[in-house]
Amino acid sequence: MHKYHLSHLKQLENEAVFIMREVASQFEKPVLLFSGGKDSIVMVRLAQKAFWPAKIPFPLMHIDTGHNFEETIEFRDNLVEELGAELIVASVQQSIDEGKAVEEKGPNPSRNKIQTVTLLDAIEKHKFDAAFGGGRRDEEKARAKERFFSHRDEFGQWDPKNQRPELWNLFNGKKHIGEHFRVFPLSNWTEMDVWQYIAIEHIPIPHIYYTHEREVVRRDGSYLANSPFITVMEGEKVEKKMIRFRTIGDMTCTGAVESSANKIEDIILEVAAARETERGTRTDDKRSESAMEDRKKEGYF
Amino acid sequence: MIDTINEFSTADYLNMDLLRFTTAGSVDDGKSTLIGRLLHDTKSIFEDQLIAVEQASKKMGDHQVNLALLTDGLRAEREQGITIDVAYRYFATPKRKFIIADTPGHIQYTRNMVTGASTANLAVVLVDARHGVVEQTRRHAFIASLLQIKHLLICINKMDLVEYKEEVFNDIREDFDDFSSKLEIQDIQYIPISALKGDNVVEKSTNMPWYQGSTFLYTLENVHIASDYNLVDCRFPVQMVIQAQSEDQPGFKGYAGKIEGGIFKPGDEVIALPSGFTTKVKSIDTMNGLMDEAFPPQSVLMNLEDDHIDISRGDMIVKPNNQPQIGQDIEMMVCWLNEKQMVLGGKYAIRHTTKMPNA
Ligand SMILES: Nc1nc2c(ncn2[C@@H]2O[C@H](COP(=O)(O)OP(=O)(O)O)[C@@H](O)[C@H]2O)c(=O)[nH]1
Repeated sequence: MHKYHLSHLKQLENEAVFIMREVASQFEKPVLLFSGGKDSIVMVRLAQKAFWPAKIPFPLMHIDTGHNFEETIEFRDNLVEELGAELIVASVQQSIDEGKAVEEKGPNPSRNKIQTVTLLDAIEKHKFDAAFGGGRRDEEKARAKERFFSHRDEFGQWDPKNQRPELWNLFNGKKHIGEHFRVFPLSNWTEMDVWQYIAIEHIPIPHIYYTHEREVVRRDGSYLANSPFITVMEGEKVEKKMIRFRTIGDMTCTGAVESSANKIEDIILEVAAARETERGTRTDDKRSESAMEDRKKEGYF
Repeated sequence: MIDTINEFSTADYLNMDLLRFTTAGSVDDGKSTLIGRLLHDTKSIFEDQLIAVEQASKKMGDHQVNLALLTDGLRAEREQGITIDVAYRYFATPKRKFIIADTPGHIQYTRNMVTGASTANLAVVLVDARHGVVEQTRRHAFIASLLQIKHLLICINKMDLVEYKEEVFNDIREDFDDFSSKLEIQDIQYIPISALKGDNVVEKSTNMPWYQGSTFLYTLENVHIASDYNLVDCRFPVQMVIQAQSEDQPGFKGYAGKIEGGIFKPGDEVIALPSGFTTKVKSIDTMNGLMDEAFPPQSVLMNLEDDHIDISRGDMIVKPNNQPQIGQDIEMMVCWLNEKQMVLGGKYAIRHTTKMPNA
């Protein structure tokens, strides 16, 4: 390659760093939404790079559904301690207890949708005016439409039919009081890019991304971890399998795949050979054709 | 495409460069068909995506799989069968990684088209072989030129409907050539294709032996973009000042930003604008160590010899022997993208790199 030419992954890294610095400069009170998944872990690394040698100049916020993989929480707490960062935990359970959100009914109650209530509440309470999300455009067709700087009205809603122009690397964070922005530094990254970056940067990730034995239930074409948060239905059986997770989210809707990958290189080969998108294992997206767009309009991540 | 486990190599992947391209054309010129074919023939469509598109096509009463639904991701777009906003798609071949900005063709969504096109290295404009160059062809090419896109690829599509005739291709090419003298784009190429049948998209067509040029994919893989950045005029707009106190870096102060042009090295003499103070580059720092030099489009942290100069966001660091002109009266072309009319003599905020003055 030409001496003054950057590889695609370096270009993406530089783009993300630029976006993060732009947010830190244009907004009063940004926050980084941290789920404990690989994308938000990569975001934390990029934020470290963007502001080094200073500390990350904004807190991390976890919207806690209460349906967590223990490993994720442990990982989160260790990371925060290492960074010396501030962590805010906004609890979905608390939103339910306060009557602001209502738990879904049925055998597979997911708190995925009602996270939005907790998220918007927390943004309002802490007066955050920009929230970084780890969403990528290759993940889902509604996400493929979103700007880097994505405007939210005073109700936290996205209007996909009326997005602002966003030219070159000029980003417009102007807004009215009470409105905020969601910002997606990883917009142009693919799942493969994220894994490659984790590999070359030697970024630690929760070990449930690697193969491990776990009790699972087969449902809707993927394996769900057996946990107190799901009800095993008639005809389903709990079995032990060697599995790993391609994404990490709420335990009730994050499916696992059978895998023997126990190091990052194996995961990369699996991703290269995959014929399904990673969200193919997410039952929250399978509910309807525009499930993601509908949730996003309401203020979802 | 990365097809099997054996073909995949991390070393190659990390070495790939990136081409961002945008596709434009009038409605029904075959943009979605072309992208669909490209993704399909490079095996970039996942099975669950294909199944979802098949189901959606059926629901809408299409007998064929409508690949436009791959990129028309919004409910309103699917319901109305039009593209409203730009959709981004990603794929890779062993040579390059690609970002496609699939932009809307309707006039009222031009601002979305402009958004998608602004970051592109290359613009693909489709022309229907039966209709030739139309107003929308010229408009899209003109916008690409305004946005400073360096490469333009005119795909003359639906050649199957004009019996793959060379005259049709030549006529359209000459017609566009006449117009293109008004554009600032140096690199313009023409390819006769059939997006539907696949001629000259990924595979060379046997139906057009008279065409000696490259296929669409080959052109995308090989267009020379390494010299698209300006490596001569050094421009470093300061994005933010980073200060830190730590044991090994007491009282650290550095300037963060993206190199917009030129190459900066430690030791280089620089001048900060608008103040005009001169100093030298002490070091270019990253979390992973010092850099020998910095060039576009890197986002870096620059440490200057003289810490006491007042430099803040919106200032620009350049070299003394190559300075931009500074002035208050500027003549410029304004492209208005809002539905509300512009008010002549009104007050507007403008953004220039990281600066936001009023005008
Ligand atoms: N015969 C023929 N039809 C084509 C070709 N490319 C596209 N079409 C048809 O033209 C129509 C419009 O194509 P589409 O891709 O939806 O156009 P878009 O509006 O530019 O995205 C569809 O019916 C396609 O099947 C081609 O190369 N040859």
